[in-house]
Amino acid sequence: MRVALFVTCVNDTLYPHTGQAVVALLERLGVEVDFPPAQTCCGQPQFNTGYRHETEPLVRRYAAAFREYDYVVTPSGSCAAMVRDNYPRIGAKASAEGRGEELTEAAASAVPKTYELTEFLLDVLGVTDVGAYYPHTVTYHPTCHGLRMLGLGDRPRRLLEHVRGIELRELAGADECCGFGGTFAVKNAAVSAAMGADKARAIADTGAETICAVDNSCLMHIGGTLARQGAAARPVHIAEILAATEDAPPSAARAAVEGSPR
Amino acid sequence: MSRTYLGMPGSHPAASRAPFPEAAAASTQDAQLRGNLRHATHTIRAKRAKAVAELDDWGALRAAGAAIKDRTLRHLDHYLERLEESVTRAGGTVHWAVDAAEANRIVTRLVQDTGEREVVKVKSMATQEIGLNEALAEAGISAYETDLAELIVQLGDDLPSHILVPAIHRNRGEIRDIFRERMAAWGRPAPDGLGDEPRELAEAARLHLREKFLSAKVGISGANFMVADTGTLVVVESEGNGRMCLTLPETLISVVGIEKIVPTWQDLEVFLQLLPRSSTAERMNPYTSTWTGTADGDGPRDFHLVLLDNGRTDTLADRVGRQALRCIRCSACLNVCPVYERAGGHAYGSAYPGPIGAILTPQLRGVGGSLEASLPYASSLCGACYEVCPVAIDIPEVLIHLRERVVEGGEVTLRGSKAVIKPAKGHAAERAAMRAARWALDHPGALRGGQRLAARTRRFHPKRLPGPGRAWTDTRELPEVPAESFRDWWARTRGERGEK
Repeated sequence: MRVALFVTCVNDTLYPHTGQAVVALLERLGVEVDFPPAQTCCGQPQFNTGYRHETEPLVRRYAAAFREYDYVVTPSGSCAAMVRDNYPRIGAKASAEGRGEELTEAAASAVPKTYELTEFLLDVLGVTDVGAYYPHTVTYHPTCHGLRMLGLGDRPRRLLEHVRGIELRELAGADECCGFGGTFAVKNAAVSAAMGADKARAIADTGAETICAVDNSCLMHIGGTLARQGAAARPVHIAEILAATEDAPPSAARAAVEGSPR
Repeated sequence: MSRTYLGMPGSHPAASRAPFPEAAAASTQDAQLRGNLRHATHTIRAKRAKAVAELDDWGALRAAGAAIKDRTLRHLDHYLERLEESVTRAGGTVHWAVDAAEANRIVTRLVQDTGEREVVKVKSMATQEIGLNEALAEAGISAYETDLAELIVQLGDDLPSHILVPAIHRNRGEIRDIFRERMAAWGRPAPDGLGDEPRELAEAARLHLREKFLSAKVGISGANFMVADTGTLVVVESEGNGRMCLTLPETLISVVGIEKIVPTWQDLEVFLQLLPRSSTAERMNPYTSTWTGTADGDGPRDFHLVLLDNGRTDTLADRVGRQALRCIRCSACLNVCPVYERAGGHAYGSAYPGPIGAILTPQLRGVGGSLEASLPYASSLCGACYEVCPVAIDIPEVLIHLRERVVEGGEVTLRGSKAVIKPAKGHAAERAAMRAARWALDHPGALRGGQRLAARTRRFHPKRLPGPGRAWTDTRELPEVPAESFRDWWARTRGERGEK
């Protein structure tokens, strides 16, 4: 089983700890994971803003970067949904425009092997108890693309419920969008901020120390809103919770893998 | 009544033409509006979920609804001609209107032919879309809305803000004030000492409207469905005012979009299950009125059907966008939309607010205007609308498709002919940024260089951004750039590999 990590551009650039957590978690579960450095971005920001043609090179790049792997695992519901839902559409439109089947073939090779992290853990590895230890109060926000495009269902929750030491708190209005929406956050800043404020209030009302999700982009918006309001809850990607153990709590894990940068 | 017709389809003195973000920035600050909308949408949302959960074949019904609409739209020309034959055979007269102006001209002339100066109206989205009331006012004809919420909107010289609940933005105190201040100018005044109890308000409206029903000689309606086989029109409603308008006047004029056709009564059965559960969360709506042409001694003596195109044929020509024409105007998408809930209906600047409006208006009117070009972006793409849509319109898919039309331009159908439109103005900087990003993301070395530069300068990054970045930092902190990217960490700890 050749498994590659698609870390995503957001995690690569801003949240390397999440990628490191995925590596630590998968290796702990006996999966050898590779990081093909030809990977960059799935193209979601461009595509969702209307720049389909600017997205096409990234579809080709994704397919080529992961060509020799059986599975591509990504710690992002939204990027996994981009590949699975939109790559075939990009292929179909190019084909309808008389530009051949190349993008359709790229999509066909990328789609079946792409898994969001919690899907890979449950559906491929068949584990719900990943041996994690996280002695904190946590509330879980199901991000929209994970919830409605991928249909993750209760996968993330089942994984969290098996984490030792964790105390899960119910989030009111959990399935309501946090208001991030990519470029929506700046194009419709007033509405995005209003949605974010309502989400932040619901999170604060749980009293949880940690707000957890399968997408760091949504957490960037939620965490940024919480921080501006001076709220105590801090955002943590689900991979970092699942990677944490007694021997390697998140902060120690971060220090251990980080080493000293050049 | 003083109204000025601006000559623009769907125009109204209070109609906003401002781009969505501007209008929404103002409405999100209106605490009263936010409170009214939150309460109303969350209540209907929960009830709908319950009503839908009762049916274990909802998924199959939804698929059937979508399939019937798609098949009908694919052969729309055939079914329209069949409908015209059926309506004509049943004693009605069919008129074809290519756009709003033509539809308004036809209806105005039909009313003038009766010699009447007043008409009563059944709640109708199509007549709002074309601005019929304003066009009739221009010709000196008063159109009285008889749906309770439409009456509130009309008396308040306001605009509807929701498909099903046009006065959703008003609370009962505001409604009492509107009735007290405005009813007298339109007919029977509000009773003395009118309070804000729903029963009192409904009774005041009933007394006020009864006068109109009994004196009106002309009724104007839309229709939820038209059955091609028999030429039957269908209106579903809750209040019974519709049935009064459809049966009491001598002349009935129905203005209906061409996409409202279903081939047979058997097809209708699917929608009579989908619509009430999705819109009012009822198993069945209280009133379902059907009429077929005219009948001696029963109901209107003259029946006219005005079939409205107004951009629908152009929309049908678009492979992705055409699914918007499946819409049965249930408003389930509005009630679950987090953007609608906070921005309110008026920000969408048309008769069709919410997610469906965001894909319908830019198709019916084109994306040339700044409001229309902004509507496809009035969504976080959360997908809640698609999830509840009873005819499975993939609204996020169409939104992205229309965003492409805005920023890239390309081939569209305008009034039946192929045309190539230019990209909308105001996206030049964004387009340049997207191109630059695409180049960098297609060159991992460049991406890595950018990451390293950001990491090296991270101590100097400002907390608040200038220019467009302010839209982020006005309400949110920026994430801190880490000392090392994942890419560099991997290369350092696992060894550099070949990189193209």
